[in-house]
Amino acid sequence: MCGFVGYFGAVRDGRALLERMTAAIAHRGPDEQGFFTGPEVGLGHARLSIVGLGDGQQPMSDASGALTIAFNGEIFNYVELREELQARGRRFRTASDTEVILHLYDEMGEDCLSLLNGDFAFAIWDARRRRMFLARDRMGVRPLFYTRQGDRFYFASEVKALLQVPGVSAQIDPVALDQIFTLWAPIAPRTAFRDICELEPANLMIVQDGGISTRPYWSLGYPDHDTPSRHRDEREAAEELRALLTEATRIRMRADVPVGSYLSGGLDSSITSALAARMVPGGLRTFSVTFDSAEHDESEFQLEMARALGTQHSAVACREGDIAAVFPEVIRFTERPIIRTAPAPLFKLSGLVREAGLKVVLTGEGADEVFAGYDIFKENRVRRFCARQPGSRIRPHLFRKLYPYLPGLRQQSAEYLASFFGANGHSLDDPLYSHRPRLDGTAATKLFFSGDLRASLGNYDAAEEMASRLPEAFARWHPLHQAQYLEARFLLPGYILSSQGDRMAMAHGIEGRFPFLDHRLVEFAAGLPPEMKLKGLVEKHILREATKDLLPPSIGKRSKQPYRAPDSASFVGAGAADYVETALGEAEIGANGLFNPKAVAKLHEKCRARPASGFRDNAAFVGILSTQLWLKTFTGADSQSSKAA
Amino acid sequence: MTDTIRDAVKAFVIENFLFGDTGNPLADADSLIENGIIDSTGVLELVAFIEDRYGITVADSEIVPANLDSLGRITAFIASKTAASATA
Repeated sequence: MCGFVGYFGAVRDGRALLERMTAAIAHRGPDEQGFFTGPEVGLGHARLSIVGLGDGQQPMSDASGALTIAFNGEIFNYVELREELQARGRRFRTASDTEVILHLYDEMGEDCLSLLNGDFAFAIWDARRRRMFLARDRMGVRPLFYTRQGDRFYFASEVKALLQVPGVSAQIDPVALDQIFTLWAPIAPRTAFRDICELEPANLMIVQDGGISTRPYWSLGYPDHDTPSRHRDEREAAEELRALLTEATRIRMRADVPVGSYLSGGLDSSITSALAARMVPGGLRTFSVTFDSAEHDESEFQLEMARALGTQHSAVACREGDIAAVFPEVIRFTERPIIRTAPAPLFKLSGLVREAGLKVVLTGEGADEVFAGYDIFKENRVRRFCARQPGSRIRPHLFRKLYPYLPGLRQQSAEYLASFFGANGHSLDDPLYSHRPRLDGTAATKLFFSGDLRASLGNYDAAEEMASRLPEAFARWHPLHQAQYLEARFLLPGYILSSQGDRMAMAHGIEGRFPFLDHRLVEFAAGLPPEMKLKGLVEKHILREATKDLLPPSIGKRSKQPYRAPDSASFVGAGAADYVETALGEAEIGANGLFNPKAVAKLHEKCRARPASGFRDNAAFVGILSTQLWLKTFTGADSQSSKAA
Repeated sequence: MTDTIRDAVKAFVIENFLFGDTGNPLADADSLIENGIIDSTGVLELVAFIEDRYGITVADSEIVPANLDSLGRITAFIASKTAASATA
């Protein structure tokens, strides 16, 4: 896994530009760099050597020299694809998966994407047709950004490479900020940077004759609500699931370097670790992050699982002050404001893997989207249950069962519980019904927006834009599938796989691999009846059934413990980082103009006095602080010094 | 007296939940939940304020929207509680 950059158009000193752009993302590929230039075209590559260590250098051209690729990621089924290509007479010069893509594109053009099983973003320069062909994997694991300057087109694995292009500067996009403060992430192709776009997951792009065209080559879909599922026998479905997951894991263990595994102590990473441990008998390394606060720490389960699997286990502690210490670096890598601190411990975790000498880890990410693990799916079910009997004093008590870790809910009456979750107030016809409490609760953070920012946004409604992006078939899906789609289509690529995933791992040159996001498994799970995934209020039921022999009962039957980290409490109290005072001070808030200085000062004071604030206050605090750090990093003195370097 | 209570509650809500933002006037009947002003933690902050400021105890059964979900309801609830404790 790696990073790449490139341009298409008449660029002066193209080679020097490629070198600057590639240097900006050198952390993604510390092993070697390579460059390709031709008439009005250039590609640069920073390589993390994992497959084809000796002969996988990039950019790579085919034998004719007409096709040249720069590729970030892995094609996990490259062994099978290579055999098929060889059987058709194709001759290979390397052992890499990169060359497989070149051959497939040569044979099939853009249709080659349908055969690729992997996490990838790549650009192929097709000299015969004088076109640049770009594509991104189905679920959005690997990133790809682009921008235009006149008739010149530039692209890169991270935005910081594009900021090296003369004429490209970092300016915050107010609409993206509104989306982050409502949906937790921008809606692609929009990014936090004005005029810099992201290729959407499962999309391809062709740049040719001065024009850009994009289109999806795959889409996530679910059966119509009233269509009988082909999966009626739960045992058979569990067996099929197990076979698919084992295969998804097996091909993700392919590498010419050792593959480790994250182990959070929850169900999902325990399953991937257990499957991987069987494939590396006695040799799997596992990695965890621990917390001082009992509310967030899962080390008891991590150690139990590591002992059960006999893995060589390592953990990194996230102690008081650690999140604040790394947070500015975290924002430099997320390249977008965030409203939770959860990426920060994962930044530390990837650093631990790097110190251990590994480059690749499996993670359990994706299982909650694919098999309905998140609390929001249960919340959706309980809200609909309550809506059938408005005014019930019994039904709302189920909300308390959903969120035992939220102290604010424990003492609430049935009436308040129903009100907080909008159990009686939201229209069941609303396509965003499942997510309304979260969207409304997050959007409450916009209270802190300055008058100028509000004026520039006018009547813009981020939730409405999200609703406008839904496919026509959405209305015919089961409510659980609608909620799953919202998670998988928006939050997964926009936040989980990006800010918590690729960007935190690649900050330390670590490649994360996601067995649960194998598209065959995703498609299989989408076709399962809702009750096999969320059985009553038991999440991921079919996954538990399919893997119960792999795990100790204490792990296999464990309820979902959301991955969370301390938020505003990380930045206040004794030893608070100096930069926080400055970033949230009236002078800097006022100078940047995005937030109300007096309101921010009161919020800061409130969080100092009562660090255990509620969701709105925590999200606002982290969102405002990260926005201020984003501005400092990409538009302030820090960015100028890095450009000059 | 209710005017005094109402002013104190309003000042607390504006300071603690709206962070001084008076851009959108808060009417006596406006729902604090529906307007995104208060969340589950906020309700407990409000209860703590009422108990500290007025020297009364709010029973679990009294923590309901009917008593606490608008300035008007909070004011009436505090007035009723303080009157009851004065006559007790």
